[in-house]
Amino acid sequence: MTVAGPARAAVPARDTAAATGLQFSVPGVRCAACIAGIERGLSHVAGVTDVRVNLSMKRLTVGGTADPKAVLQAVADLGYDAFPLDLAALASRRDDTGRALLMRLAVAGFAMMNVMLLSVAVWSGADGATRDMFHMISAAIALPTVAYAGQPFFVSAWSALRRGRTNMDVPISLAMILASGISLYESLQGGHHAYFDAALSLTFFLLIGRYMDDRTRSHARSAARELTALEVQTADRLTGETTQTVPVADLAIGDVVLVPSGARVPVDGQLLSSRALLDRSFLTGESAAATVTPGGMLHAGEVNLAAPLQLRAISAGTDTSLRRMAAMVDTAENARNSYTALADRAARIYAPLVHTLALAAFVGWWLATGDVRVSLNVAIATLIITCPCALGLAVPAVSIAAVSRLFGAGFLVRHATALERLAEVTTVVFDKTGTLTRPTLLLPDAMDDRARGIAKALAQQSHHPLSRALLSAVADAVAVPITDVAEVAGQGVAGLVDGHVVRLGRGSWLQADVPGLCLRIGDAPAIALEVPETLRPGVQAAIAGFGLPAEIVTGDATGPAQALARQLNLPVIAGASPTDKLARLASLTARGERVLMVGDGLNDTAALAMAHAAIAPATALEASRNAADIVVLADSFADLPLILTVARATRRLSRQNFAIAAVYNLIAIPVALAGFATPLAAALAMSVSSLTVLLNAQRMRWVK
Amino acid sequence: MNVLVILIPVSLVLGGMGLLAFVWSVRAQQYDDDLGNAARILLDDD
Repeated sequence: MTVAGPARAAVPARDTAAATGLQFSVPGVRCAACIAGIERGLSHVAGVTDVRVNLSMKRLTVGGTADPKAVLQAVADLGYDAFPLDLAALASRRDDTGRALLMRLAVAGFAMMNVMLLSVAVWSGADGATRDMFHMISAAIALPTVAYAGQPFFVSAWSALRRGRTNMDVPISLAMILASGISLYESLQGGHHAYFDAALSLTFFLLIGRYMDDRTRSHARSAARELTALEVQTADRLTGETTQTVPVADLAIGDVVLVPSGARVPVDGQLLSSRALLDRSFLTGESAAATVTPGGMLHAGEVNLAAPLQLRAISAGTDTSLRRMAAMVDTAENARNSYTALADRAARIYAPLVHTLALAAFVGWWLATGDVRVSLNVAIATLIITCPCALGLAVPAVSIAAVSRLFGAGFLVRHATALERLAEVTTVVFDKTGTLTRPTLLLPDAMDDRARGIAKALAQQSHHPLSRALLSAVADAVAVPITDVAEVAGQGVAGLVDGHVVRLGRGSWLQADVPGLCLRIGDAPAIALEVPETLRPGVQAAIAGFGLPAEIVTGDATGPAQALARQLNLPVIAGASPTDKLARLASLTARGERVLMVGDGLNDTAALAMAHAAIAPATALEASRNAADIVVLADSFADLPLILTVARATRRLSRQNFAIAAVYNLIAIPVALAGFATPLAAALAMSVSSLTVLLNAQRMRWVK
Repeated sequence: MNVLVILIPVSLVLGGMGLLAFVWSVRAQQYDDDLGNAARILLDDD
């Protein structure tokens, strides 16, 4: 810290974030007792002035000057998993569309109720001057309201029309504007019928649908944002003799950074240590490793293939890593954009149909009666009645119920059309390592503080996932000074402590007769630290619950792959490279299967992005989580079949809602065309059909 | 019917007050954690 002090002024520090407090994602909070436990427990932590648990977001906000590590430890002691969130990433993309929609909804609701009161008086027989006055008051309330509350529809309809297309918002906007216009004209002429109440209840009900839709999307958006914020990019900065893990954003020009073998270079810089071997395939596409001599340039994103290296940063800031992340998100999203959502497919058929009907009604009545005013009234009644009020609610009401149902069960839905695609899945492909199985660390009680310190010092030198896991297990140990560190690729790390050779790595490399990770100090017997290949809890239940053909496609060797396949009774393809995985998915797709891919590794990312739908555990790499539709927060897979059940229920309920809306229209359209649709009938038909689809969507709560 | 001249403005003002109260509650972030607020009524005050 001391060295970097003056230089850090050049980089905008994160002090602003610290002032507003710390935020953590706590997926385990479920009830009032959890809130009380966490809020009371944390209030005793030094420096904490304010604690607030948000149950809907499963998020914890801590105010004050507390040390994040102390807070994390306190939450862990209370029995909850907590993940720190990057406030800068959260704040940079805050959106207020939901709140703006809620305001418009409130204004529309207020205006609708008042106009409806006046309309009831007109329907029950007010006439003459009283009726005209009521109509004029209604106009004074309705016209500004439609202009304000209808804006989301007008904007969307206009942008569709400008591109020469039509969407659901075009008939909606037409109905609102024409209904308000003709009602104003009728009121001024002292006519009998005004549709102000219809125009307003149309706006009100459709805004409900729009608000629900926004809630669903913002759930997906905030899931994505939360995952980005979870991944605080860190680097190991070397200050004198000690290393310190700091956020990449805090690195300054001139900092010396340690890059363990297998890790990505965090910033652009100059190589300080001896010759290095780097994988540049990510940046340039060349697959052969590049050799860099001391003083040579290293670029952010390259992977260090050989011994741990040191570099001096020559650029700071987050540009490079941001660019890298943006590229990953883009690839993941491009694959899915071609999918057309159910509601859009319905709108494509529906919108032209409605316009044709209204036009036909106008022309028909005009030819029959020659009265433009009557024909216009009939045409507008048709537009109002056929207006996709229930259609606009049909899908959003169901998807918001489904997304919050899944969120409550610990699944983040990352993509708006994810549920529709998941419902179509016909076969499941699992990755093995990290998905079906995961290594379990066990720290023997016999391990003393010195052994823990040595384990920590060795684990710090490597970015292997096992070393990372070990580091968190020995977080409270003090690393001992270590020299002559060397990493043997695929075997482990070795070093010298007080003249003794210490090694951390595969059992076979340390002459131990266990296969997993071991620690050996000098000539003492190796200490086993890990049981490899433990089955993830709930895997059997998940496979049985899916009830779909499943298979394992893994990059692992045939031996362990076969053993697992026999245990789970599934077919297996072993030794598959990322390209092989893609080829397997392609051949399944060519056979007409819709593949659900469940995977976590970097070698799965392409397969996750290509599959019809994808699920990743929260422990997966960021790129894999970005490519997945659903991220599983829980450790166990036992609830996984619920995703498919809810997805299928979403499809079923959406279709039912469309059917209900269609039945209402089939009854109402002939009435409207025949010219019998009074404003009262229009208001009734609209409200009843909207309420029916809203209530039907609530059946999602009971889906098991 | 002349009473309407008073009653209609009164009903509009009352409704408007309700609307303003709602706008205030949205601005005061009262809808940001509906699940949490539902659960908090079960907690004892310290």
